[in-house]
Amino acid sequence: MEKRSNKAWIYLLPAILFLGVFMVYPLIDVFVYSFEEGYNFASQNFWGVGLYNYSYVLHDPYFLQAVKNTFILVMFTVPISTGLALLISAGLNSIKKVKDLYQTIYFLPYVTNTLAVGLVFMILFKQTPYSDGLINMIIGFFGMEPVDFIGGPYWAKMMVLCIYTVWVVMPFKILVLTSALASVNQDYYNAAKVDGASKFTIFRRITLPMISPTVFYLIITGFIGAFKAYSDAVALFGTDLNSAEMNTIVGYIYDMLYGNSGGYPSFASAAAIILFAIVLTITCINLLISKKHVHY
Amino acid sequence: MKVVLENLTKKFPSRTKGGSDVIAVNDFNFEIPDGQLIGLLGPSGCGKSTCLNLLSGLQTPTSGKIYFGDDDVTNLPPENRGVGLVFQNYALYPHLTVKQNIMFPLQNLKGADKLSKPEMEEKALEAAKLVQIDGLMDRKPSELSGGQQQRVAIARALVKMPRLLLLDEPLSNLDARLRLQTREEIRRIQNETNITTVFVTHDQEEAMSISDMIVVMKDGVLQQIGKPQDVYDSPVNLFVAKFLGTPPINVFVGRVEGEKVWIGDEAVAEAKGVSDQPVYIGIRPEGFELSKEGTLTCNLSRVEVMGRDISVISTHKDAETEAIRSIIDADNLESIVGATVKFEIKPHKILIFNKETEERIYIGE
Repeated sequence: MEKRSNKAWIYLLPAILFLGVFMVYPLIDVFVYSFEEGYNFASQNFWGVGLYNYSYVLHDPYFLQAVKNTFILVMFTVPISTGLALLISAGLNSIKKVKDLYQTIYFLPYVTNTLAVGLVFMILFKQTPYSDGLINMIIGFFGMEPVDFIGGPYWAKMMVLCIYTVWVVMPFKILVLTSALASVNQDYYNAAKVDGASKFTIFRRITLPMISPTVFYLIITGFIGAFKAYSDAVALFGTDLNSAEMNTIVGYIYDMLYGNSGGYPSFASAAAIILFAIVLTITCINLLISKKHVHY
Repeated sequence: MKVVLENLTKKFPSRTKGGSDVIAVNDFNFEIPDGQLIGLLGPSGCGKSTCLNLLSGLQTPTSGKIYFGDDDVTNLPPENRGVGLVFQNYALYPHLTVKQNIMFPLQNLKGADKLSKPEMEEKALEAAKLVQIDGLMDRKPSELSGGQQQRVAIARALVKMPRLLLLDEPLSNLDARLRLQTREEIRRIQNETNITTVFVTHDQEEAMSISDMIVVMKDGVLQQIGKPQDVYDSPVNLFVAKFLGTPPINVFVGRVEGEKVWIGDEAVAEAKGVSDQPVYIGIRPEGFELSKEGTLTCNLSRVEVMGRDISVISTHKDAETEAIRSIIDADNLESIVGATVKFEIKPHKILIFNKETEERIYIGE
């Protein structure tokens, strides 16, 4: 028994080394940095240890803006994208003929580069000297004033970011949900039909509970993914997110490290730890809620 | 409620381009009398499950009509037919408890039939008591044994008091012992509720043992319908004769000549009124009797002693099957000596089939 466990450690060694160096050590390091005040990369020294970094970050208006943006993004995109994906995959599951074609179309955004998608969104939304953008043309058609979606009011920018995020995360959700739906035994549906259940009842009381583990998985990963949003905002609003009021928490961390105002690893670490605490809390709440509604 | 099938046909389009349609159910005409238990019987792929799906409304027929009582239900969706269906794999909703599973059909009732919650619970309990699972109401299906799941499935099908109860291979997922017990249980429940019941099986013993009537199918075509004993004793063709009975019937290639049945050069029985022709001769295992003056001589292979009776395995060059199995009273064990064994054939156990059509042309008297 003893010998065998030694052997197991040897087998595990490459993975442990790799994870240790690139995951565990940085994690601990970030935690340590977040308490080291005024840490300097170049000289590798700091003034003292304490909670000043946290206090600074929590009082930084840019950080508060980033937290607000991130929360709005999370609260809108996760339910909307999951709900829409559920509707679309339920629809896909009930058609037979061109199902594969549609599935391919819905999956396209997943394999498309984020920045390329950003370009498409520019054509749709951006106002240039030559054009108001496709969406503004439609709005104008109904006789309303054009809106500057990329450089204009906060709500317009936020809306574009939310639509963009939903659009980018949906393909994967649709893919996972269609396979989950396809794996539900047809007999359950037949049984429910014989039992006189309406289509809506079947969906609510049979289909949804059956695929609830998958839905739950998508919600958890959706929350985590949305909290880590950054590249989407860059694709739409460029790298100077602070001045566009569109920064996210991860964007803030990046700016603190490498941005124009960067070079503050301590503040970045503190922000990262705060993000970690938020994600952890939300995930725990999710897990608690799911106990009631997820059937394995 | 009686159920009438009229020229019922179901075709499935061919999978290959230009191939002919698959006819799963071909021009069915029969009537199921009120309150009877009917066994739909046939080898796998003969269309019996399709037939059940047509009755439940999960599939619509290509042509023909289905009547429940006097109502034409051919185009009615399953939810409006008032049928209960027990699936082969039970299809119990895994996320609901036993009680919720049984109550599910009641919760879908609409309009005047709508029940209050206490009424539903009472009905669910009633159904559960009928199948004796009232102690397991708060369990999930995964916490039940196969037999218990089966009972829950039956309770769920029965709770709304269907006009017709359909069971699709209800016993195939149970072990041999439980199967015996459950089939008696199904019979008892059917007797108590008096609901017209159709159940599908490929196991002829199962069908014969509990059905009021059996319907034998082959390749989508109805072969014979009747009381189990009648179908067993006078099958209309060689297929039905071979399909019913364990051990199976012994078939010989022979001929009728001068109103006598010949197997090889031995005349084994009379066949009054049958013209001279080559025939198949079917003899049930219980149709043999050991006798020193017996008319059929077979080569003895071995003897299997089963207590109550013995089974003599022998061979004959004109037999269709490799082994001839005959069941003899155990008292005659001593009289089996030597390499050959001689049988007298009980005249009323002889069935004669036309060599070409395989239709039965004669039953011994």
